[in-house]
Amino acid sequence: MSKKLFMRGNEVIAEAAINAGCRFYAGYPITPQNEIPEYMSWRMSDVGGVFIQAESELAAINMVYGASAAGARAMTSSSSPGISLKQETISYLAGAELPAVIVNMQRGGPGLGNISGSQADYFQAVKGGGHGDYKMLVYAPYNLQELWDLTMLAFDKADEYRNPVMILGDGILGQMMEPFYQTPYTKPNLSEKTWALTGCKGRGPNVIKSLYMGEGELEFRNSILQEKYKKMRDKEVRFEAIGVEDAELIVVAFGIAARIALSAVKRLRKEGFKIGFFRPVTLYPFPEKELAALANADRRFITIELNAGQMVEDVRLAVNGKSEVLFYGRTGGAIMTPEEIYEELSASPRFQAGAAVLKS
Amino acid sequence: MEHNVLIAGFGGQGILFFGKLLAYSGMLEGKEVTWFPSYGAEVRGGTANCTVIISDDMIGSPIVRNPEILVVMNEASLNKFQPRLKKEGLLIFDSSLIKKPELRSDIHVADVPASEIAASIGNTKCANIVMLSALLAKAGIIKEESALKALEELTPPKRRKSLDINKDAITKGRKYIEDKKSKDN
Repeated sequence: MSKKLFMRGNEVIAEAAINAGCRFYAGYPITPQNEIPEYMSWRMSDVGGVFIQAESELAAINMVYGASAAGARAMTSSSSPGISLKQETISYLAGAELPAVIVNMQRGGPGLGNISGSQADYFQAVKGGGHGDYKMLVYAPYNLQELWDLTMLAFDKADEYRNPVMILGDGILGQMMEPFYQTPYTKPNLSEKTWALTGCKGRGPNVIKSLYMGEGELEFRNSILQEKYKKMRDKEVRFEAIGVEDAELIVVAFGIAARIALSAVKRLRKEGFKIGFFRPVTLYPFPEKELAALANADRRFITIELNAGQMVEDVRLAVNGKSEVLFYGRTGGAIMTPEEIYEELSASPRFQAGAAVLKS
Repeated sequence: MEHNVLIAGFGGQGILFFGKLLAYSGMLEGKEVTWFPSYGAEVRGGTANCTVIISDDMIGSPIVRNPEILVVMNEASLNKFQPRLKKEGLLIFDSSLIKKPELRSDIHVADVPASEIAASIGNTKCANIVMLSALLAKAGIIKEESALKALEELTPPKRRKSLDINKDAITKGRKYIEDKKSKDN
């Protein structure tokens, strides 16, 4: 195993991108992700890549569109308000089938909000924040090891599906340091980018666009996209499940909230509570079949998020009425503590009901 | 076992590096560690703080509201964070910079004239390392050898001179606490 490194989360993302062959980065500053452009500004010149501090978020993502069309592995990053500004071009990237990696280190919202960590952009990321019927692969890392591994994976998946991929992190993950291993990058067997705009000497010209005005043309394009999204749903679901087999209550959480919840779940399991933990690593595609398989009338779910209740809707859709689904969340950049989750879970009606039976 | 430490002071005092050194030392001992800074509009002369957790187990949240150990290097930080220190917690402060502190009676306190000790070594900038060393001598948490190794690994080659000063600061910080203990006995 390689040596343990100790870096800030944002720097981990930037170095992982470089390691996976990203050679074009454009961005516009916003806290709490400024370490990404800062790192790229000196690191890109080491590897012969391009770093641009653009004049705006829109300019940055449109530069990424251009670099991607020319065949480069390209990335932009921002935080919630900045990601809102990028939505138009995310839709264009999806429509033109261009690979790109977009990093959102979420902060408190709505509006300019604050600079603390948050998970309130879940809907925006997984339901299509831009217009049109499109989907992105969305990865939700929960520690710095996953920031490293999933960022590299994001570039491969973007190329494989010719689709934008989002890393949905938050301010806490971006700012914190913890040890991680620099897992080596091995590029999978991907087909050549024969579609890229590389100069058409000796071949016919390539065209990259999302405008299809001909009769039935756009519906045909959409059917290709939907086919692709179905393939993602079949092949790309990632999740982690701990102790769910005998659980009376299953905690569902992603990203930083999952990490906070997990330490509470571990404590409760040690104390003998029948509690499980389910963490979607991909938010799109959502591990709906896996959750559905766990649902039954004797079991409750509780979703824990740093928002007012977003992923909980997808958990409810997945279990489809077979289990009750509860929710606990904090909003506006407030970060819950493991102790707070411990109190919340140990007071859950599931366990209180059990305790009442024991007493009687 | 889990320890958490909140370190606070002026921007420019090396507060964040102090925390990084502590966390890195824990990593060298094979522990789980996290480091989390205050971030945003921090500038030199403003306030800076960071939280370090060192644990045998996975760390759920890198954020700590009520730390068990608090290290402060200016008065503003003392006033801000002392009320948040856990009961029976340990407060270590730089007594060269905080002259007349108002202290809680339900906590343990160690005053260390870190800036004066640092000046006697020849560089007041190493006051943060004096404080780190005093923290280790007072609370354990990690071994001094690990801190020295971390210092070696985290100091870039072009700053070897500061490495020697910082090593000296580690010795002096520990000695101060040891001498004080023997005087008290």
